[in-house]
Amino acid sequence: MIKINKGKLKVLNVGLDSFASDITAAGHEAVKVAWRPPLDFDIAILENLNKQSAVISAANDEALARIQKGRPLLVGMGIARDVIPGMHEDLILHAGPPITWERMCGPMRGAIIGALIYEGRAANPEAAESLAASGEIKYAPCHEHNAVGPMAGIISPSMPVFIIQNESFGNFSYATQNEGLGKVLRYGAFSPEVIERLKWMDRVLYPVLNRAIEALGRIDLQSLISQALHMGDEVHNRNRAGTSLLIRQLAPALLKTMQNVEDTTSVLNFINGNDHFFLNLSMPAAKAVLDAARDVPNSSLAVVMCRNGTDFGIQLSGTGNQWFTGPALVPDALYFPGYSKADANPDIGDSAITETAGWGGFAIAAAPAIVQFVGGKAPDALNYTLSMYEICHGENSQYQIPALDFRGTPVGIDVIKVVENNLSPVIDTGVAHKDPGVGQVGAGVVNAPMEPFIKACQALTRIL
Amino acid sequence: MIVKAKIIQGKYLDSVRLMLISQELRKLQEIKDAVAIVANKENRQILADTGMLVPEISSALETDIVIVIKAADETSAQAALIHAEALISEPTKSQTTGMQSYRSIRAAASKRQDLDLCLISVAGKYAAREAAASISEGLHVMIFSDNVSMADELRLKQEALAKGLLMMGPDCGTAIINGCPLGFANHVPAGEIGIVSASGTGLQEVSVAIAHRGMGISQAFGTGGRDGKAEIGGLMLSATLDYLINDPDTKVILMIAKTPDPEVRERLWTQIATTAKPVVVNFLKPLKVPKLPNMFYTHYLDHSAELACRLVQGFSVESIESDTEEEISTPKIGKNRKYIVGLYSGGTLCYEAQQLYYETFGQYPPSNTPIDPACICDDPFHGRSDRFIDLGSDEFTVGRAHPMIDFSLRMKLLEHVSAQPDTAAILIDVVLGYGSHPDPAGEIVPILRSIDPGILVVCNVLGTESDPQNAIKQVQILESARASVFTSHHTAASYALRALQSHRRML
Repeated sequence: MIKINKGKLKVLNVGLDSFASDITAAGHEAVKVAWRPPLDFDIAILENLNKQSAVISAANDEALARIQKGRPLLVGMGIARDVIPGMHEDLILHAGPPITWERMCGPMRGAIIGALIYEGRAANPEAAESLAASGEIKYAPCHEHNAVGPMAGIISPSMPVFIIQNESFGNFSYATQNEGLGKVLRYGAFSPEVIERLKWMDRVLYPVLNRAIEALGRIDLQSLISQALHMGDEVHNRNRAGTSLLIRQLAPALLKTMQNVEDTTSVLNFINGNDHFFLNLSMPAAKAVLDAARDVPNSSLAVVMCRNGTDFGIQLSGTGNQWFTGPALVPDALYFPGYSKADANPDIGDSAITETAGWGGFAIAAAPAIVQFVGGKAPDALNYTLSMYEICHGENSQYQIPALDFRGTPVGIDVIKVVENNLSPVIDTGVAHKDPGVGQVGAGVVNAPMEPFIKACQALTRIL
Repeated sequence: MIVKAKIIQGKYLDSVRLMLISQELRKLQEIKDAVAIVANKENRQILADTGMLVPEISSALETDIVIVIKAADETSAQAALIHAEALISEPTKSQTTGMQSYRSIRAAASKRQDLDLCLISVAGKYAAREAAASISEGLHVMIFSDNVSMADELRLKQEALAKGLLMMGPDCGTAIINGCPLGFANHVPAGEIGIVSASGTGLQEVSVAIAHRGMGISQAFGTGGRDGKAEIGGLMLSATLDYLINDPDTKVILMIAKTPDPEVRERLWTQIATTAKPVVVNFLKPLKVPKLPNMFYTHYLDHSAELACRLVQGFSVESIESDTEEEISTPKIGKNRKYIVGLYSGGTLCYEAQQLYYETFGQYPPSNTPIDPACICDDPFHGRSDRFIDLGSDEFTVGRAHPMIDFSLRMKLLEHVSAQPDTAAILIDVVLGYGSHPDPAGEIVPILRSIDPGILVVCNVLGTESDPQNAIKQVQILESARASVFTSHHTAASYALRALQSHRRML
């Protein structure tokens, strides 16, 4: 016997938008499903995974709990060769999944050329390029050495790095100091001014900061990041609040450990002139938190999302060190005057670790100042964040979004949900010029490509 | 000729939106053809058929959007491509109207437990999956989409009925539930006539005819065209009939379907015999039916509406001839002109016209959807004969919006047919209401004006004054272009056929 509630009809519309407008025009209510076609792939994979859903879900609970417990602290600084596990004289770490010199994009090659000149291994770009291609220099992902790097993400042995520790689990992570905007190594620039700035960072920035951090003992990054989210940052494309909070913490120690006024002043000026200085702390903070969630058997949560400018790669908690990759996409971005999508390099950098930790694009609702990247209106940013809850295993109440009544950020990207909903993670990103040395040409958001997530699901069915 | 193409990744727009974008692109200067379309297998075939499956898009994924432009020169092609990208990346308007939006049916249903019904109009191959999700969430379902398998239809209807839910469709174009228009539907008053229909345009025509007579409807259910087939067994016809029999707001029931399978009919007769409520039945062709005191059979839509209205008022229904056979002043048709061409957007209207033709000329006319299979008309563009063409039929709707929304094919045919020296009369339906083109009369009037006065143009405007397009205004616009306009299809088609008959007698 069919039963229909009388009165105004409340219709869920799946498909043609005009039908929903007709329903409301006629005085009834329409609610929409922002429908997307399901992925075109073997549905049996999902059916198999669904049969194991109890096992997977329990594993994901464990991985999520570890992420939620994560407490990242800045505990010191050091030189890459001394502190990063496995670092050696001929090793250069890069952003994203593993890649050979032959397949590297322009900005990454440029950054490696710059790093070899900086290391004194080559006198000029030509020499650096032939050394880079010679096989003498080895390449490895930052992620395989507990490190992360924005854009090209190059870490060479002599570079000073921040040391972050996840207090709850004891594990460490590493990242270089942020160079600022303009012509910088991470965008593939290697001109003399770039090398000179790196040298200054070794000579002045590093010792000054190092002394201040030593004096402080530690800086609680969890606390800084949660405050920054309340102040309009999502700690990926906007780091103005985080950088300001950091200076506040550092200032007394900088004065206390000051050796000369010129150096300390130039350090403060440098940080003050670079809104993104904090990015190189939010990224390793995310890395330290997520590394603790690795190796939970059967978990389908992503612990790494990253790009090398050629490939997009992810790693799962439940599949060890296996990489799942697919071509990186060119971002739909706002381009700086004079540049267009045609100039853009495909997506690059380890900074998607912030999204993996539930910040960045996942927390864009916290950053109204940058909504022009996602459509221009505050509700657009809210919708982006709201949709990310649908692919996450849970929320992190340590990090809240004021505009969502202080709801915890979506966290624990479940690759099964990504594939099932055909909804890929949204990533805030800067856009590099495809040619080395030009630098940043825009910023915006990009959806992760689906291929790595499908491959990850396939791999899970094999081990379950 | 330059062909330019581009792949757009990570965006999804519904097919109608993409078709409207394609239509806009084709209007640009120096553009020979243009399309923005999802690169799935079916659409690739369409592109291949039109020579637009270029190598640049071969790497597109099934869910990517591709743009292909054919233009006279490089600059125009490039400009069109840029314009296309801008149109595609335009934020959808409804995002700013504050309408709630969810990622999935499950997400919506878990947060909004007061939802009644799910209206599904995604591509057919995905529709069954969404319908199953809706049913499991306890929602009534209407599937507007076609291309859902018979097996899925049966399974979904069984699952829905087990939970006391409607499962209207697939290929259900029209329904009005609690006064809410779903799909292609007209604005008609509330009243005491309950409709169950396996035909979308049939439902529209009778609901409008009821409104024209000052009456209204309680509910109007669609079942999808295949419900009366043996495989489905009339499940939804029977369930909705049952609902209306028990619905205190319904005084008279009107049932429309293309003649159901004999066993299904038997079950329906038995069901009708269980109630005293009057039931008007219309299976769209003359049929021997059992004598039941509360059942009234007729095979024309207008007549069924007339019957139902009389029954509501308690009038006698002994004889039903709503059409007065008054003498019409025979319109002038050019001397050497011979044939009538019906260009329909409503399938059931096209069917009714063929039935009327049979009663006028003693044989069925050629058609792409013939009542008599022997009368199949393979080439509606060039047949030198009478012909009735349903442009809503599958062969015309692959890769383009329904002819009630997109008039481009009908305009092309109108131009083509009116240029043929042997065309005597053109009969077209103009279907108004929610879901339809916002101003169909305005769209076709320039072509109508250019048609030779020796051709009789007859329009049937299906709609009410309260429809978004306003039927009275649409009639005025069409009349300004010398068309003979009627608000009942039966009257319009009869007029055209009688005029043709007397023209032929004079020859």
